[in-house]
Amino acid sequence: MFESVDELIRAHEGIEREVYLDLENSSPIPMEIVEAMIPYFSERAYGNPTLTHKPGWMAYETIQKASQQVARYIGAASCEEINFTPGETESNNLALVGTAMANKEKGNKVVISEIEPLSIDFSSKILERYGFKVDKVPVDGEGFVNLKKLSRIIDGETVLVSIMLVNHEIGTIEPIKEAVEIAKEKNPEVLFHTDASDAYGKIPINVKELGVDLITLNSYKILGPRGISALYVREGAKVERLLEGQLGTQRLWPGVENIPLVMGFLKASELAFKNLEENVSHMTRLRDRLMNGILEEISDALLNGPKEDKRAPDNVNISFLHCEGESLTIELSLKGVYVSSGSACTRRILQPSHVMTAIGRKFEEAHGSILMKVTRYHTDEDLKYVLKVFPEAVERLKAMSPTKGGVN
Amino acid sequence: MSRSPLPYSSKILELFRNPKNLGRMEDATVSAVAGSPACGDMIAFYLKITEDEIIEKATFESYGCAANIATSSITTEMIKGKRIEDAWKVSWKEIADQVGGLPTVKFHCGILAVGALRRAIREYYKKKGEKPSWLSEEISFEEKHALEEEELAKTLSKKIGGK
Repeated sequence: MFESVDELIRAHEGIEREVYLDLENSSPIPMEIVEAMIPYFSERAYGNPTLTHKPGWMAYETIQKASQQVARYIGAASCEEINFTPGETESNNLALVGTAMANKEKGNKVVISEIEPLSIDFSSKILERYGFKVDKVPVDGEGFVNLKKLSRIIDGETVLVSIMLVNHEIGTIEPIKEAVEIAKEKNPEVLFHTDASDAYGKIPINVKELGVDLITLNSYKILGPRGISALYVREGAKVERLLEGQLGTQRLWPGVENIPLVMGFLKASELAFKNLEENVSHMTRLRDRLMNGILEEISDALLNGPKEDKRAPDNVNISFLHCEGESLTIELSLKGVYVSSGSACTRRILQPSHVMTAIGRKFEEAHGSILMKVTRYHTDEDLKYVLKVFPEAVERLKAMSPTKGGVN
Repeated sequence: MSRSPLPYSSKILELFRNPKNLGRMEDATVSAVAGSPACGDMIAFYLKITEDEIIEKATFESYGCAANIATSSITTEMIKGKRIEDAWKVSWKEIADQVGGLPTVKFHCGILAVGALRRAIREYYKKKGEKPSWLSEEISFEEKHALEEEELAKTLSKKIGGK
């Protein structure tokens, strides 16, 4: 089967332009970020930061400064509150399982939302196996959590609430500040975690203003390298490690620190925050151009998630009826436009994305959903090309479908 | 629940790009559909059958993934010119072979294509009001698969889809 991959790739030869919009699933790393990492592989700070020699002390200084800088970007009080981990999945597992287990004498209830990423959704199932009761707060048609229901669900037994700051699929910016206030009013002991992977570097974040106790930050969602993420844990919040081993500078994650990746993450953060307002207004403009261009050009298309300033500046998610998502990703790929879909097609269980069904999309609407994210590097020329090939791709697949007219 | 890599064969990609026998047939002798939009997987076959029970022409429409489009397309090529009884015997494994192999998670596309074809054949004899001796009363595995897929999508989508 693997020989054929080569042929699949060759089928793309001669395409006019390539536009990568699948930032949800991985990202190309800009060269200036790669260059910032390179010295740390073999020239600088290559030691183990806990050891007593010059390369070790250099590594210690490097990771401490990086932690301080990341802490500053989110308004955290101290670099001790930043824990580097190998990814969003690891940070979220640590936040959910590590926090609930460390506080289990206070209660056995955990609350998440219906549209959390799988690293929250699935790790909540680990907690159920350990005897916790997990409640999921529903969302409305645009993906906003129901704060009244949240208030009703939380009681004296609730130890942890985890609701994401920005939804990864539909870009909904959740009212986390209000959610934290409600949660703490019902039970002052509750700890509040938010996965801010899709918010960090795209909307301003201040942990004190939000009032949260834990925040997940992710590197590759801001064009940094994969394999590195951070979990902010407010001083005093009890969280226990999931893995045991040689402890280094990271209190909650054992093992040897990966300094080059930390530096890549740091550089990506610097570039995202350096001109945050400018970057955001560029992305927002491209987002709206892409979104409106598609919705105006293509019939039977539905926008998933909210509009304007309630939506993440980079996120476009649209469902196409009579057009299945996986086919559309391939059709667009052959034209050099790379996107992903919430279709069930690569799963055998027939269930499309849980985010799509949570906002009330029917299965056929979810199967035809396409997710795209723009970055500060995308240009108007890129979008012009995407808007040219998109309607052609949808039209060709629609023309094949028996779902429009029915059979004789 | 994982996403599996899908290294499609070049034949699947070729048929996805340039499907054969695509489109509705207005003067079809019989047609049938399997799957549904809720499954994310739907095939319609249109057959033109001669008086001596030979499939003169077959066309398809598809709503689904690349494997769905390719297996439907190849099926129409495989049954063209065949006696109905021989078309009935086309197996999903032969279809999978003809498209250069299917990834495991896409076996059901081949099965659905056979299910849709057999539905069309049954419909043909139902319309005609006769039943040849080789045609079993009992539905085959492939027809059952199509039914189960449709049922499952219906149940799941009632349970968790759409508000």
